[in-house]
Amino acid sequence: MDILVTGTVLGGTYALIALGLTLQYGVARIMNLANGENLVLACFCAFWLYTAASINPILGILIIAPAAFALNWAIYVFAMKPLVDRAKNRGQLEIDSILATFGLMFIMQGVMLLVFGGQYFSYNFLSEPVRILGENYGLNRIVSLGAATLIAIALYLFLYRTRFGTAVRAVSVSPQSASLVAIDVPRMSAFAFALGGGLTAAGGSLLSTYYTFNSSMGVIFTMKALIIVIMGGVGDVRGAVLAALLLGLAETAVASLIDPGLTLAATYTLFILVLLFRPQGIFGRQTV
Amino acid sequence: MSLMNDKERRIAAIALVLFGAAAMIPFADDGYYLSLCVNIVMYAVLCTAWTLFSGPTHYISLATAAFFGVGTYSVGLGIDALPFPLLVAIAAVASSVLAGLVGIATLRLSGVYFVIFTLGLAELVRQVVTWLQAKFLGAVGLYVFTDMTEKHIFWMLLALAAVVYVTGWLVNRSRLGFAMRIIGNDETVARHVGIDVARAKVILFMISGAFIGITGAILAPRFAYVEPPSAFNPVISFQVVIMALLGGTGRLWAPLLGVIPFTILFDRISASFPNHTSLLIGVAFMAIVYFLPRGVMGLIDDFRARHGKARHAAAGLPEAAE
Amino acid sequence: MERRTLIKTFAASLLASAVLAGPAMAEGTIKIGASAPKTGPLAGGAAVTYWPAVQLWVHDVNERGGIDVGGEKMKVELIEYDDRTSNEEAIKNVQRMATVDKVDFIIPPYGTGINLATAPLIAKYGYPHIAVTAVADGIEGFAERWPNSFWTLGTSEAMASSLVDVLTKMREAGQINEKVAVVNVADAFGIELANTGKPKLKDAGFDIVYETSYPLQQQDFAPIISGAKDAGPDTFIAFSYPGDTFGLTKQATITDLPVKAYYVGVATAFPAFAQANGAAANGVMGVGGVDAASDAYQDFAKREVDVTGVAPDYWASPVQYASLEVLEQAITKAGSLDKAAVIDALNTETFETIMGEWKFEDNIIKKFWTVGQWQDGVFHGIASTGVGGEAEPIVKSGWN
Repeated sequence: MDILVTGTVLGGTYALIALGLTLQYGVARIMNLANGENLVLACFCAFWLYTAASINPILGILIIAPAAFALNWAIYVFAMKPLVDRAKNRGQLEIDSILATFGLMFIMQGVMLLVFGGQYFSYNFLSEPVRILGENYGLNRIVSLGAATLIAIALYLFLYRTRFGTAVRAVSVSPQSASLVAIDVPRMSAFAFALGGGLTAAGGSLLSTYYTFNSSMGVIFTMKALIIVIMGGVGDVRGAVLAALLLGLAETAVASLIDPGLTLAATYTLFILVLLFRPQGIFGRQTV
Repeated sequence: MSLMNDKERRIAAIALVLFGAAAMIPFADDGYYLSLCVNIVMYAVLCTAWTLFSGPTHYISLATAAFFGVGTYSVGLGIDALPFPLLVAIAAVASSVLAGLVGIATLRLSGVYFVIFTLGLAELVRQVVTWLQAKFLGAVGLYVFTDMTEKHIFWMLLALAAVVYVTGWLVNRSRLGFAMRIIGNDETVARHVGIDVARAKVILFMISGAFIGITGAILAPRFAYVEPPSAFNPVISFQVVIMALLGGTGRLWAPLLGVIPFTILFDRISASFPNHTSLLIGVAFMAIVYFLPRGVMGLIDDFRARHGKARHAAAGLPEAAE
Repeated sequence: MERRTLIKTFAASLLASAVLAGPAMAEGTIKIGASAPKTGPLAGGAAVTYWPAVQLWVHDVNERGGIDVGGEKMKVELIEYDDRTSNEEAIKNVQRMATVDKVDFIIPPYGTGINLATAPLIAKYGYPHIAVTAVADGIEGFAERWPNSFWTLGTSEAMASSLVDVLTKMREAGQINEKVAVVNVADAFGIELANTGKPKLKDAGFDIVYETSYPLQQQDFAPIISGAKDAGPDTFIAFSYPGDTFGLTKQATITDLPVKAYYVGVATAFPAFAQANGAAANGVMGVGGVDAASDAYQDFAKREVDVTGVAPDYWASPVQYASLEVLEQAITKAGSLDKAAVIDALNTETFETIMGEWKFEDNIIKKFWTVGQWQDGVFHGIASTGVGGEAEPIVKSGWN
């Protein structure tokens, strides 16, 4: 029973990591390998706001997320768009974006190292225990689960119930057809990329309340996010959330029942199984 | 298969001279510059082996670290019991088996799944190896103490490089190479013509993986102490991709055009700016992506095309389609 | 065309700056090279334990006018390299320091694995290899294999042994029961400690009611802590690395793990541990320790913060500094920069350091700290192999 709760809480954490990347890859078609660095940068900002200005990280999101939105918009326009314009097909864009964001990842890491150094950072916020079904859980983790749910629902409503959101989804299905119906594809892509960045940053703020982080940690988050995004079906928010939950539960189950040493093996097995039986991901469309 | 034509004979002669010159390097320097050359040859082998597969298929493999680590570990585990050459052979077999498994599981899927999977493969193998070692052997690090020095490793790598080039040349001239060219051009056509696309890809991946594994095995004595994080270091995978893409994928020797400048550049940067390495590498990387989209090979091809040496484009010489 | 020019300018400027940024050759200076992680998985630890101590030492030495070499004072020029926590990079750096920069001495890297990987090369070039952050059971064998090497932080066997002794005393005093939970990170040091610690626990009459290992860089410890909690031990031991040390403790705090003795591994001795955990840190034991109340340590800590801005840890930082004091004194006693002479001096002389008096016995410092505990905001050494100045252990009572 406590595996279920722990697994769900963990799933919430993973959802936060992956939602942003779903938008960036699904809509803007950018395989953003610097996603993890984006997240860690947000962790640092939240830490700095909290320790230097006593702004609590939840409120801090109101500052950090828009800042990340703007930063990612700039990144898209200056760094990614030339690649989009240049790419002859989707495969080429994927390769180019992987390489470019790879370079971006090193740059962000380098900057964080210079500014913050290589040490570990950690702070306490809302770490009081909360009793659920007889076991204690960190309040900060429960809050982040709640926030993940809120964000996922808000995103879902935006994408499926508003005109703007539908336009965004149109771009993710087929950019060529979308531009035929007068959707400004470049602008939508930039918007999706920026929004994805903002979401990841929000996730980072929340994560920083209970994770220990340092400048070099981005890669781990990126890897997990990539797996979740692909498993869930590219571009599909519901898929990403479901995949995140599945992953959280699977990892917790393996760690508790088999051996904590095999969590990554479990992750990968799950990943392979999903891909073998449903290559387009859980919610993905059978694409070209 | 016909014997070599004139052009190929010329290339072979040049290659022999270059290899001979390279083999003299250990007599010229025994320290840092030899080390640098060992690194260069190591990455030349890795990148060429990588390009053997990823060039024609356009599947970016990040599994290099996994195969490399398997090779290193084969030697690390057996060094006290078996002779070194046998261990190298075991490394080749183990890596190609791993490549085969990965290939069968993922090569039927589209490119990006393959990339993601191979990205974590090194981590996965590392975790499993660590777990196995911890549970059954009680210790995670392995000592590899041999009498081999940088010189020996350099010569072994040089020999391996020669083998890789010859293999690449043979593959290009074989039915497999022909099949890969068709697949690279248009996979649907290939399938309709009766080519077993999946099988071709898997075989090529296994050959590539075997060479990478052998490289790892040869490098094991240099480590002295083999532990999972350094044997399965993901940075190896990334660097191989960068260098191969920098060089370009048009010719068998194209990766070399990426390996040499990159290794030297990286070395200079990390020596002169120890606190800014990540930042500068990122900048260099992005510069390559934006200004050299088809690598140095692309630059050379453009240059040649502009100067009217277009006769190579039409003939069926060893090149993969872009 | 613009792109081509851009590339050329870019490449040229990189080359130019690389050439110009090379180390300047100055007369009468001692060149010392240091290669350690500034990036990569071990960067966090090196940033606390290694670099500040090294930089403080260079500062201190140069403030005094330099090292006395046969009557002449020579200043120290430090050349830093990032090994990116990679054996391959570290080996390359050592090669570079030895054959291109031609340094007079090398400060060995951070971390057991990298120290071992670079040891053959450092030995080949004949430099003294005063290793600090390399705790392993094989150090006697290493000292034989590489007679130029010196090992200062002890063995895993001693760390585990001491811990078992401390716990046995607590059990005999009725403070804890015989049930323990033991977990470890699946990496060299963690595994070595677990493999030597678990049999010792059993021999001492303890009952291991929960045990497991977890991979490097694990972030979520809920399953492990609740598994341990369910087994009901009075003692929880984790042979952990910095990231997990913090993570496990946070989780233990949240679930209010009801243990009376709680031990985590590397990084417990970092000041950041107390900052991150606040009151929950009280009573937490960890590997290492130092005579925190001593004037020598307090002075060292204050100076390091003043000069580098980073506070030292309560274990390996002062030892890192001491290893450099030893190098300085060995050079002076040898009267020259000759590597073999310095190695001789290291073998035969006695040295005065902030860690007390040091004399290498068979290339090993046999008196070192093994277990420390947070008591009222200071990580005191509570057990050692005969250093002196140990504090009394306290029972862990709650996480607030």
